[in-house]
Amino acid sequence: MQSSHEEDRELVIKAKQGDEKAFELLVKRYMRRAYFMALGLVGNHEDALDLSQEAFVKCYRALSRYDERFTFYAWFYTILRNHVLTFLRKRKRHRRTFVDVSEEVLEWRDPDGQTPESSLEREEFSKEVWRAIMELDPEHREIIVLSHFENLQYEEIAALLGCPMGTVKSRLYRARAALKEKLTARL
Amino acid sequence: MPCDDYKLLIMSLLDGEIGPDERVRLEDHIRECPACARELEEFRKLKGVTDQMKFVEPEDEVWERYWANVYNRLERGVAWILTSIGTILVLIYAAFRFVDQFVRDPQVSLLLKVAVVALLIGVVVLFVSVARERIFIWRKDKYRGVIR
Repeated sequence: MQSSHEEDRELVIKAKQGDEKAFELLVKRYMRRAYFMALGLVGNHEDALDLSQEAFVKCYRALSRYDERFTFYAWFYTILRNHVLTFLRKRKRHRRTFVDVSEEVLEWRDPDGQTPESSLEREEFSKEVWRAIMELDPEHREIIVLSHFENLQYEEIAALLGCPMGTVKSRLYRARAALKEKLTARL
Repeated sequence: MPCDDYKLLIMSLLDGEIGPDERVRLEDHIRECPACARELEEFRKLKGVTDQMKFVEPEDEVWERYWANVYNRLERGVAWILTSIGTILVLIYAAFRFVDQFVRDPQVSLLLKVAVVALLIGVVVLFVSVARERIFIWRKDKYRGVIR
C-alpha cells in the first residue's frame, strides 16, 4: 500500500506534466488544512479562503521547484505561510485600525457536554478564546493552531516550520503563557 | 536545575511527548516547587479548554466551489499573461508604424523628428532598465517561491 507521501509525490509528478486532475486531487486533499491554517493566522473567513486559494495557485506555478525531500504539504505550507505573513505585514503597514476578525470561528466539540454553563455562556466563552488567540503574535497564533487545533506532534510541527523540536517547545511555551495570561479570569 | 529548565518538560508532559526519565525528573521538581506546580495546573486548564473546541466547519458549498475557484485563478493568470503580451506587441507595432510615418513626413521639421525619436528611445531604455532591475531583484529574492 502506498503511503500518503508517495501518493502525493506521484500526483505532483503528474501535475508537473500538466495533469490538472492530479493537481485538483492535491488541492482537495489539503484545502481544509490550508484554509484552517490561514484562518488561524488572519482571523476571518473571507481572507482565509482567498489566501489559501491563492497559495495553491502559487504552488502550481512553483511545482517545477518542488523539493522531493519534503512532503508535499510541508513544501506547500511554506508557500502558504509566506503568503499569509506577507498579507499580515501589508495589513500592518497600512495601519488598518479595523481588522476584520470573524466572531464565530470556534465551537464546542460536544455541544451537549455535561457542563453547568448555558449554551449562550459557552458560545461567549468560545468567542473570548478566539479573540485571545487573535491578540497573540502571528508566530504564537500559528503554533497554537498547529498544536491545539490541528493536534500535530512536535516532530510534525518542526517539519512544517523547518525548525528544531526544541524551538517548537519553547515557542509553544511562550504562546501558551501569553494565551493563559489573556484568559486568566476564565481559567 | 532552575525552574526555567522545566518549562519545556511541562510542555512535553501536557502534550504526552515526555520520556519516562524526564517525567520522573519533572514530577520530583513539581513536588518541591509550588510555582511550577501552579503553572502546570494553569496550562492543563488552558489545554482542557482548547481541547473541547474546534473550528467551525464552513458550509459544504465552500468546499464544493474551492477547486473551481483555484482553477479560475489559474486560468485568469494565463489570460492576463497572454493579454499583456498581446498588448505590448500591438503597442510596439503601433509605435513603429507611427515613427516610420512621422520620419518620412516631409512637412515635419528635422528638429521635431529628432526630438520625438530621442523621446521614444529614452522611454524604451527606461523601460528595459526598470524591467532588468526588477528581474535582478526577483532572482536574488531569497523569499521567492520555496526555499527550504
